[in-house]
Amino acid sequence: MTLTPFVRHFGKCAALPRANVDTDQIVPKQFLKRVERTGFGSALFHDWRLRPDGTQNTEFELNQAEAVGATILIAGANFGCGSSREHAVWALAEYGFRAILAPSFADIFSANCCQNGVAPVRLSGDQIEELVRRCRAGRGGYRLTVDLEAQRVTDDAGFAAAFTMEPYRREMLLRGLDEIGRTLLEEPRIADFERSRT
Amino acid sequence: MTPRTLFEKVWETHVVHRFPEGPALLYIDLHLVHEVTSPQAFEGLRQAGRRVRRPERTVATVDHNVPTGDRSLPLDDPIAATQLDTLAQNARAFGVELFDLASPQQGIVHVIGPELGLTQPGMIVVCGDSHTSTHGAFGAFALGIGTSEVEHVLATQCLVLAKPRTMEAHFNGRRSAGVTAKDLILALIGRIGTAGATGHVLEYTGEAIEALSMEERMTVCNMSIEAGARAGMIAPDETTFAYLEGRPRAPGNHDWGRTVVAWRQLASDPGAEYDRHVDIDAAAVGPQVTWGTSPGMVTDITGYVPNPVDFPTADERRAVERALAYMALTPGTPLEGLPIDRVFVGSCTNGRIEDLRAAAEIALGRKVASGVRAMVVPGSQQVKAQGEREGLDRIFREAGFEWRNAGCSLCLGMNADVLRRGERCASTSNRNFEGRQGAGGRTHLMSPAMAAAAAVAGRLVDVRAWAVA
Repeated sequence: MTLTPFVRHFGKCAALPRANVDTDQIVPKQFLKRVERTGFGSALFHDWRLRPDGTQNTEFELNQAEAVGATILIAGANFGCGSSREHAVWALAEYGFRAILAPSFADIFSANCCQNGVAPVRLSGDQIEELVRRCRAGRGGYRLTVDLEAQRVTDDAGFAAAFTMEPYRREMLLRGLDEIGRTLLEEPRIADFERSRT
Repeated sequence: MTPRTLFEKVWETHVVHRFPEGPALLYIDLHLVHEVTSPQAFEGLRQAGRRVRRPERTVATVDHNVPTGDRSLPLDDPIAATQLDTLAQNARAFGVELFDLASPQQGIVHVIGPELGLTQPGMIVVCGDSHTSTHGAFGAFALGIGTSEVEHVLATQCLVLAKPRTMEAHFNGRRSAGVTAKDLILALIGRIGTAGATGHVLEYTGEAIEALSMEERMTVCNMSIEAGARAGMIAPDETTFAYLEGRPRAPGNHDWGRTVVAWRQLASDPGAEYDRHVDIDAAAVGPQVTWGTSPGMVTDITGYVPNPVDFPTADERRAVERALAYMALTPGTPLEGLPIDRVFVGSCTNGRIEDLRAAAEIALGRKVASGVRAMVVPGSQQVKAQGEREGLDRIFREAGFEWRNAGCSLCLGMNADVLRRGERCASTSNRNFEGRQGAGGRTHLMSPAMAAAAAVAGRLVDVRAWAVA
């Protein structure tokens, strides 16, 4: 699978400042029966977006007019915890998110993001709080630049924060690499390893 | 030589290559596959014209969406049926062994791996499921992966991984009567939080861990992911070897002695250092019950629903408020006595034979309270058959429990076994997330004996006060 490289992204922000958002919330289990990688965007945060009677829950952050068209999600700590379901990232990506900014991510979710061209960006709790404030004050007009090459997040009103990412994952995102293709270049080493064990 | 931990020993013997950017290419001994997280991976192989590199190291079963009722009937969910058919076709096309619905060995992937003797000390085991951590009970490094990584392992028999840090969870002393492995792990999660071990491999040590049976160790390791850990591990010992000896896929007589000698070398060396360390006094742990919507929201059964104002940060106060609203609980309410509607005994956490025996001991000669629906879902068809040989099915049925076929069932409610909106459930599973067991359902996690006692009482109770017949 080839991915769109992620070098630098300028986009509209939405804030979901809740800690421990689990992948069961991102994509509830009733949507996991598909055998394709697509078709999950409409399932994103399904049980939060819709009320039990099927109407829109207007209180939910992503349902508010200001959040429409957002491509950067500002999230709480331990985002993506729980189930390993990559469907959660497929749903976020299909919905339009290219980057997620949070104080911390669950390990499997973070790896899944990088496999799908979505950048998981770790900032400090204080920086995230500041971004949430700016996002709310912007009333739908708040935009950020996530620069993976420079490892910086900036807005046009003086906010600037540096971040780090595991170099291998960063390289994958920057180049839109197919991880399998890359590993298969090491085929002789894999074969050697297998021979050495028998 | 520098003393090494169990994890470091397993890691080092599996490094195929170190990428210049840092992570390692690790060789995978055992890849377990199920119907929900694999279809897109097989499709990826097909599109790229790739094969499964080591079909003999790949084993598939169906568990997440399977019905647990009458197996002779066709599935009434056509989308679930498509997913099962897709796995069957993929298994055939790529030469992967499949334990399907008709198989007497079918069951939850994390129950059948150990049961068949597939999971062994020193291995690296992966599966597209976060509860793969279960297999760490054998001294394997076992971790959950996403579907893209499933495809990567199918194609290369390897996984790219940055080396996690290590964390020792040391359980001092002995647990008291009525306290189970489930209570030990819930108490740890309550202490360190659901992100407490993020980026780390937990190793469980100490007297209270060494005293656990293999099945109890699996319960502990199973919920490592609920502490945020990459994996959980326990050093293999005589308990481990006795469990494995004679299992169908364990090393045979010819290799057994030599293999055990190698397995004995895996335990962490005296003086080996961990990056972090936490001590738990096992004797001080009581039966645990969750009150919120995250496994870290847990307390002793003798405890009370907390007040949001007592939490130190604004984030926590907001989270607790949300959780209490969802759970329909008021601060200060004692957990003991909380009325329940449903009971679930099962899952990869607590669906093995010892779990069912513990629940049956409580159920024996008693009746499920009127208005409560209680189900027992064995973790595998072999567990079910064993339970029937021991007469557990009769005990449960006479008490008014449903006795069902194996699967993940009400742990995640992908099949027809779901909570209705507003129903409160005493559950032996691993996650009390909003909607996990059904949209609007309210989950309280606990041990099998506690869940069985709740079924009989119709409310949460302290199982320590119950005489076992």
